[in-house]
Amino acid sequence: MLLAVNPTATARATVGTLHNVQATSTTDQTETHAAAPVTARSRSWRRVFDDISRAAHQRQLWAHLGWQDVKQRYRRSVLGPLWITISMGVTATGLGLLYSTIFNMDASEYVPYMTVGFIIWYFISGCLISGTDVFIQNEGMIKQLPAPISIYVFRTVWREFLLFLHNLVIYFAILAIFQPDLKWTFFSVFPALLLLLVNAGWVVLLFGIVSTRFRDIPPVVSSFMQLLFFMSPIVWPMSALEANAGPRAWLAQINPIYHYVDIVRSPLLGSDQDLYHWLIVLAITVGGWALALLMMRNYRARVSYWV
Amino acid sequence: MVSIDVWNADVDFPIFDAKSRSMKKAVLGKTGGKIGTESKVPIIEALRDINLSLRHGDRVALVGHNGAGKSTLLRLLSGIYEPTRGSSRVEGKVAPVFDLGVGMDPEISGRENIIIRGLFLGMSRKQMEDRIDDIAEFTELENYLSMPLRTYSTGMRVRLALGVVTSIDPEILVLDEGIGAVDAEFLDKAKSRLNELVKRSGMLVFASHSDEFLAELCSTAIWMEKGRIKEHGPLREVLTHYKGKDPFENLSPQAKARMQQEQASTATIGSNEG
Repeated sequence: MLLAVNPTATARATVGTLHNVQATSTTDQTETHAAAPVTARSRSWRRVFDDISRAAHQRQLWAHLGWQDVKQRYRRSVLGPLWITISMGVTATGLGLLYSTIFNMDASEYVPYMTVGFIIWYFISGCLISGTDVFIQNEGMIKQLPAPISIYVFRTVWREFLLFLHNLVIYFAILAIFQPDLKWTFFSVFPALLLLLVNAGWVVLLFGIVSTRFRDIPPVVSSFMQLLFFMSPIVWPMSALEANAGPRAWLAQINPIYHYVDIVRSPLLGSDQDLYHWLIVLAITVGGWALALLMMRNYRARVSYWV
Repeated sequence: MVSIDVWNADVDFPIFDAKSRSMKKAVLGKTGGKIGTESKVPIIEALRDINLSLRHGDRVALVGHNGAGKSTLLRLLSGIYEPTRGSSRVEGKVAPVFDLGVGMDPEISGRENIIIRGLFLGMSRKQMEDRIDDIAEFTELENYLSMPLRTYSTGMRVRLALGVVTSIDPEILVLDEGIGAVDAEFLDKAKSRLNELVKRSGMLVFASHSDEFLAELCSTAIWMEKGRIKEHGPLREVLTHYKGKDPFENLSPQAKARMQQEQASTATIGSNEG
């Protein structure tokens, strides 16, 4: 009657007499108790996709929570989330003027370049950092409510995207002020943003699961963020590195952030694009999702134990 | 079809931040689960060999000492924990109510909190908006609902939480104790609403130490001890064995009559299934 699902349970069933003890106290229950289905195991791909699709259906919930997170930061301030835009504007103006002088570049070329880079960087670093504590932050809810874990991933990505949109306002100000000549390639920004979002998904999921188990990961990630920022061509232009470093410039190429920034930044500035950035990003997307889904398959059910 | 099935389920908690050396007291008396020391990471064996099959119409009480695994079992039955070994299947929309405060944000208004809490309990925004008036009336908070939650007193928060929880339509209702901290007059009101909620829901699992509450809401009982199901049967029988005396001796005749009636009805359901 009581068919065990996995080998360990079978082994224990044959060893112990515990089940008989159990059966006497729950007599009428065992009569009607159906055999354990094989599909009920925790580690299955079906459960992974079930989790994701159920979370996608609860859009109202995570969209609301994500927006709530944004509002929460500026609670009781008069300008509210507008501060996100303002601080981006202040950074862009200040750093733009300073560094265009240092690099001896034309402000009309440098300021848009740096600002757009910054906006993309904020999104990437936001996803990396908040990804590491996506489940830790939501501990209370994970332990109280039987919601799919992907809900918290959606919530985080949605929040970071909303912050990104706030920062994007500055881009339109830049467009109005410096009027860079955009080409038809501008439209490739849409698939690029989509790719960025899709990547945010696996980053948050993967970093979330690993950090929930190993609590050293969040501080490791945040201590690397600053280094990663200075290593990425955001405040400095790639051309400056190529001019000075010569053959050693390839070192910058192994930084995946560079490729992500480039596929979004180039169309926004109307500059030339290379196909290989797209190919690298696509490859990382596929690999990253494969890894994240594998982790999710194996450890999805463990997250509620670990938080 | 609303159902919960659990097969040979174990729940083990790994405790990563405890040194296994200091945890070598293998068994902890009456309180707390057994602490295993075989692997490197110490493990709390919270539940062992759970076999359960609950169907539509079941009203199950959960009793046991502190740390016997009641709350963990409730979480297993809600689908929050999936068993470490064995398997479980939960079918139906579960509304677990363990902590009245979870999902409550002190900075947003009572009204917004009602909606968020409802979304968490599986309702849609529209459904919750339809219920706000009802909740406002029940909680007697009317004008306060537009104030941020941090301005509420503890009692008012409990009222709000109870108002939301009792306004939903769950298929499986999982309640943990700790429903209290409100004035007596309000509690009476809450009780009748709680009763209605239980009637609406397809299945109830309720952990409590209050015999009175259990007698009112449940018909069968599970007695947990050291992470195992020690006994599962009719409420009165299990409670008598658990307490060592019949807890319903002093119960009012009406309550007794109602209980017997309910037990009779569940008995027939049971025989039909068998």
